Amino acid sequence: MIKPYTNKAWYLVLPVFALVAFSAIIPLMTVVNYSIQDIFDANTRYFVGTEWYREILNDTRLHDSLVRQFIFSGSVLLIEIPLGILVALMMPARGPGSVVCLLVLALPLLVPLNVVGTIWQIFGRADIGLFGWALNSLGINYNYAANPMDAWFTVLLMDVWHWTSLVALLCYSGLRAIPDAYYQAARIDRASNWAVFRFIQLPKLKNVLLIGVLLRFMDSFMIYTEPFVLTGGGPGNSTTFLSQTLTKMAVGQFDIGPAGAFSIIYFLIILLVSWLFYTAMTHNDGK
Amino acid sequence: MAEIQLKSLAHCYDKQADEPLYAIREMNHVWQKGGAYALLGPSGCGKSTLLNIISGLLEPSDGEVLFDGVRVNDIPPQERNIAQVFQFPVVYDTMTVFDNLAFPLRNMGASKAKVQSKVGEIAEILDLTAVLNKKAANLSADEKQKVSMGRGLVRDDVSAILFDEPLTVIDPHLKWKLRRKLKQIHEQFNITMVYVTHDQLEASTFADKIAVMYNGQVVQFGTPRELFEQPNHTFVGYFIGSPGMNLMEVERCEQGVCFGPQQIALSPVEMAAVNASQSNNLKVGIRPEFVHVWDKPNGDAYQAEVLFVEDLGTYKILSLKLGEQVIKARLQEDQRVPQQHAYISFPEQWLMLYIDEYLVAKEDNHD
Ligand SMILES: Nc1ncnc2c1ncn2[C@@H]1O[C@H](COP(=O)(O)OP(=O)(O)O)[C@@H](O)[C@H]1O
Ligand SMILES: [Mg+2]
Repeated sequence: MIKPYTNKAWYLVLPVFALVAFSAIIPLMTVVNYSIQDIFDANTRYFVGTEWYREILNDTRLHDSLVRQFIFSGSVLLIEIPLGILVALMMPARGPGSVVCLLVLALPLLVPLNVVGTIWQIFGRADIGLFGWALNSLGINYNYAANPMDAWFTVLLMDVWHWTSLVALLCYSGLRAIPDAYYQAARIDRASNWAVFRFIQLPKLKNVLLIGVLLRFMDSFMIYTEPFVLTGGGPGNSTTFLSQTLTKMAVGQFDIGPAGAFSIIYFLIILLVSWLFYTAMTHNDGK
Repeated sequence: MAEIQLKSLAHCYDKQADEPLYAIREMNHVWQKGGAYALLGPSGCGKSTLLNIISGLLEPSDGEVLFDGVRVNDIPPQERNIAQVFQFPVVYDTMTVFDNLAFPLRNMGASKAKVQSKVGEIAEILDLTAVLNKKAANLSADEKQKVSMGRGLVRDDVSAILFDEPLTVIDPHLKWKLRRKLKQIHEQFNITMVYVTHDQLEASTFADKIAVMYNGQVVQFGTPRELFEQPNHTFVGYFIGSPGMNLMEVERCEQGVCFGPQQIALSPVEMAAVNASQSNNLKVGIRPEFVHVWDKPNGDAYQAEVLFVEDLGTYKILSLKLGEQVIKARLQEDQRVPQQHAYISFPEQWLMLYIDEYLVAKEDNHD
């Protein structure tokens, strides 16, 4: 029987479409609206076309924080993904030890973002913070409020402390899903530990790692609260990332037009990079 | 080509438990060099446990495993020259079929030329040549299982291959083909093969000798014919054959044993065994194939009530009630089916006596 081709099925998608429209598309369109107009008050607005975009693309503040942002997200991924895998590999598979490990790992994930910032702000202080005090009494001159390198180091360390658990937990669940027979077959085939990791564990972790990489990329690329509380973007502008630059522009200076253009570009960069990761990690599936 | 000997072997997964449960109960067994064997038994009887102990994946809690007379308990699987194929196919997803097959060879440091020729040869035997360059992740289930088998077969140093229900995931029509293939490989390379299955047909088409395992022990080791004609244990009688052996609980009486009013005569040796034993667990068994059936009274045949007949095409299975006991008998195609009453007799030659579930020999032949 040949079914007649109709477009009625599209109506079934309508409710979902409406929902997505309210939650994402309409707010996004208001941003688009800001980014192509110069608005003075409720009745005075001028269409400016791509002017804000050109202004933003030539803004060195944005260039600098974009570069910082990429360095930061890159470092986060390069540290947290391998470290997360390593932690997951070292965790006991069963028994009371595994429960303890899971609890300890879950703890940092439960701490609110601004609390994380505050914890590290105090922790790193040379006078009353355990970490800063310990480093300084070891003879290392450490001051995250004055030295850009120290500030970067602390911001990265804070993020690693906060989020490596997420990667580790994802990998742990991935590892537990590998049937014993794979390890047994590998022993029979005389595979080395490295080969077991490379040819059994890593391939089986691919799906959870894809989620881990995307989550960690998007999250770190949008990071705001923690560095804001810890360093306030300083010293100077050395730890001012994209979202902080944007906030300054939109809320501090009330440059809604350029901020709108900035937001759109920001959004597109995240979309593009996420897509690149996704494609790179899945391109040889099904071939 | 190794002889595998199991000496007072037993295994318990959790010895610390208050009541340790033994997955393998103390047993002795020998797999001779170059034989094709099947290990047959129901699910959970300890087949996989036994294989894992032989290959070294599991260390037995008691007893010894000997290869060619040498104790290997402490030798890890990597050094045992044994290959094992698991129930569900294990392939290295990111590698091609070629690399999968080459993997064990490369791990032992084989030369490039050697890898090429060996992988080519095994791929040829297993019909994998066409897919050698395909990613293993994209194969069908039976191709994957062939790759799993192939990894065991490429190694020259393998002296025994253990198969743990390898054809579970394979389509029925391919099962037969693959089993033939394994048999050919066995003839060609003369490797000791142990093939675990819970399917008696699969066991008897693959193996020269079958070990029937029950409750953690090998209860009989023999040819398919021996298992059929002389089941050494009531479980073998019940498990082998379709339907299984008729087993009747009996009691001691003057001339032998009886069930209800019926008396069964025993041979002198059997009689002596019954008298010597303290046990009240006495059973007699006879296969449905050996029960004689008449539709009229005949000599001292017992009268039984006909319950129902199942027609299985080339033969029929007659269910009868004798006293309290249900007895099955196999009728040939051309045999008349008795109505209401049938008269049956049990030829002495095929009537087996079991004390405590184990067979009592009819004649003294261990001298
Ligand atoms: N890893 C294990 N830990 C504890 N008990 C096990 C384990 N593997 C199997 N067993 C137990 O040992 C017995 C035999 O299992 P197994 O060897 O897998 O049987 P089969 O392969 O014949 O189905 C079963 O009762 C099973 O529950
Ligand atoms: Mg099993």
